[in-house]
Amino acid sequence: MYLTKEEERILNGETGETLRQAIEILVALGDIYSADRLIPIKSAQIAGVSYKTMGDAGLEWISDLQGKVKVPAILNPAGMDLQDWKRLKISPDFAEKQKLIVQAYEKLGIRCECTCTPYTLEGFDAGYGDHLAWSESSAVSYANSVLGARTNREGGPSALSAALLGKTANYGFHLDENRVPEVSFDVESLLKGSDYGALGYVAGKLAGSKVPVFQLRNTPDADELKALGAAMAASGAVALYHVEGVTPEICRVNFEAPAEKITIERSQLDEVYESLKEACKKPELITIGCPHCSARELEKAAELLRGKTVSKEFWIFTSRELANRYPEYIRTIEKSGAKVVCDTCMVVSPATNSYSCVMVNSGKALAYVPGMCGAEAVYGSMEACVEEAVGRTENKAGDSN
Amino acid sequence: MIPIKLKGRTISRGCAKGEVLLSRDPISFLGSVDPKTGVVIEENHALEGKSIQNKVLVFPHGKGSTVGSYVMYQLKKNGVAPSAIINLETEPIVAVGAIISEIPLVDMLERNPYEVLNDGDLVLVNGSKGYVELLKQETNKPENDEMKDNQEN
Repeated sequence: MYLTKEEERILNGETGETLRQAIEILVALGDIYSADRLIPIKSAQIAGVSYKTMGDAGLEWISDLQGKVKVPAILNPAGMDLQDWKRLKISPDFAEKQKLIVQAYEKLGIRCECTCTPYTLEGFDAGYGDHLAWSESSAVSYANSVLGARTNREGGPSALSAALLGKTANYGFHLDENRVPEVSFDVESLLKGSDYGALGYVAGKLAGSKVPVFQLRNTPDADELKALGAAMAASGAVALYHVEGVTPEICRVNFEAPAEKITIERSQLDEVYESLKEACKKPELITIGCPHCSARELEKAAELLRGKTVSKEFWIFTSRELANRYPEYIRTIEKSGAKVVCDTCMVVSPATNSYSCVMVNSGKALAYVPGMCGAEAVYGSMEACVEEAVGRTENKAGDSN
Repeated sequence: MIPIKLKGRTISRGCAKGEVLLSRDPISFLGSVDPKTGVVIEENHALEGKSIQNKVLVFPHGKGSTVGSYVMYQLKKNGVAPSAIINLETEPIVAVGAIISEIPLVDMLERNPYEVLNDGDLVLVNGSKGYVELLKQETNKPENDEMKDNQEN
């Protein structure tokens, strides 16, 4: 890999140990993936935040680092709401360790907001062709596919190294040749809302790590694309997808149609919804906001919950910046008894592990909750989630008990 | 014995000596190795029950969770990390783990390490210059003289 004189100096340790290690990581990854050089990035998003996944090993490493990031950098969701962790019954020991992890990142100049939707925040906008070093799989998919930016799915240390240097190695999705669609999914039925998460759940398993292109009968909005990509990155390893006539890159670049073509039937999506009927248990916990709710999703949740009272635990995850920006939605949601939780999610928080059946409106959460939280996961639309959460109250109203 | 020197690719810089421990199985540092003792705990793993502490650990490549990189760092801090690593072809989890833990790592040797190296061989891994040097071959029943030589190292 070609290095500039300045980069060589950093690699020789002339600018300190933290930067030396950071560039050694980027050079090693660049060599593994045959990168030709380092390229500047616009921003970084760093995984390896939740104490649930990092453990003491990660805490020790991050605590030992010195230095300051060179580009805007932000964190992946943590294991708890950093301000109100007691509400979801997080243990004080866990909270203590989680705070130490976040403080260690803060010391490096990283913005300590923990979200999987950095693209909704001030200062983290990414445009067509921008190079990034993002980590969280749904954010990577959104940046590559919906925004037309370019990022590999970085591990925690490589994203942090990229942030400290303001650069990443030029390989993978930074290069034109790796962004070409490899498999075409034709979906004949009309889709709306949570159908996109179900489609992603099905398509991810079929695509593996290939780049898919979708032929759809209707035009998904940004939230629907977010759900589609998040699910495919979880049930498969899809980091970039195209939607014919919708996503920016396929509208600008004249890609050849892939030889492999797969039709996805309505019945395959219906099977994802069947999880609710087939579950051994009734959902004890209902969660939405994987990936973190957008402003429009918060508005929709508030509309659905207005004037209702939930009878089951109902958690709605979003970023702190959006929660602060839309206090009316949060008030309406919380008046129903549902909880708006920031900085974390149902997958990376240990809070979910105390439930045995969780209802989700996210194909990503459907894929991860069983393995990461030891709970059964069932799927439904946001409307169905709200119905499930308030259902028992309505039954009680007409009940003699 | 003529020293055998094998060129490879630099992944993690630094230089260390140690006894070879070969694993034909890939290694996931998260879950497969106890970070406190350095003993392999994965059931049915080729190295189950063996300690990787201060060994030159030879394995094909990593597998499993990216948290494995941090577990390698924890092994190092606990003083039970391997002294160096040789891979057939390194993947990012082990590459990153070795760099942050300052464990020299060389991969893609010019000859297959499983054909050249045996458990107990003493080797030097030079991660900075990208080579492995076989310093002393293990024999099944070492003579006393050889034992002494080993101790001098």
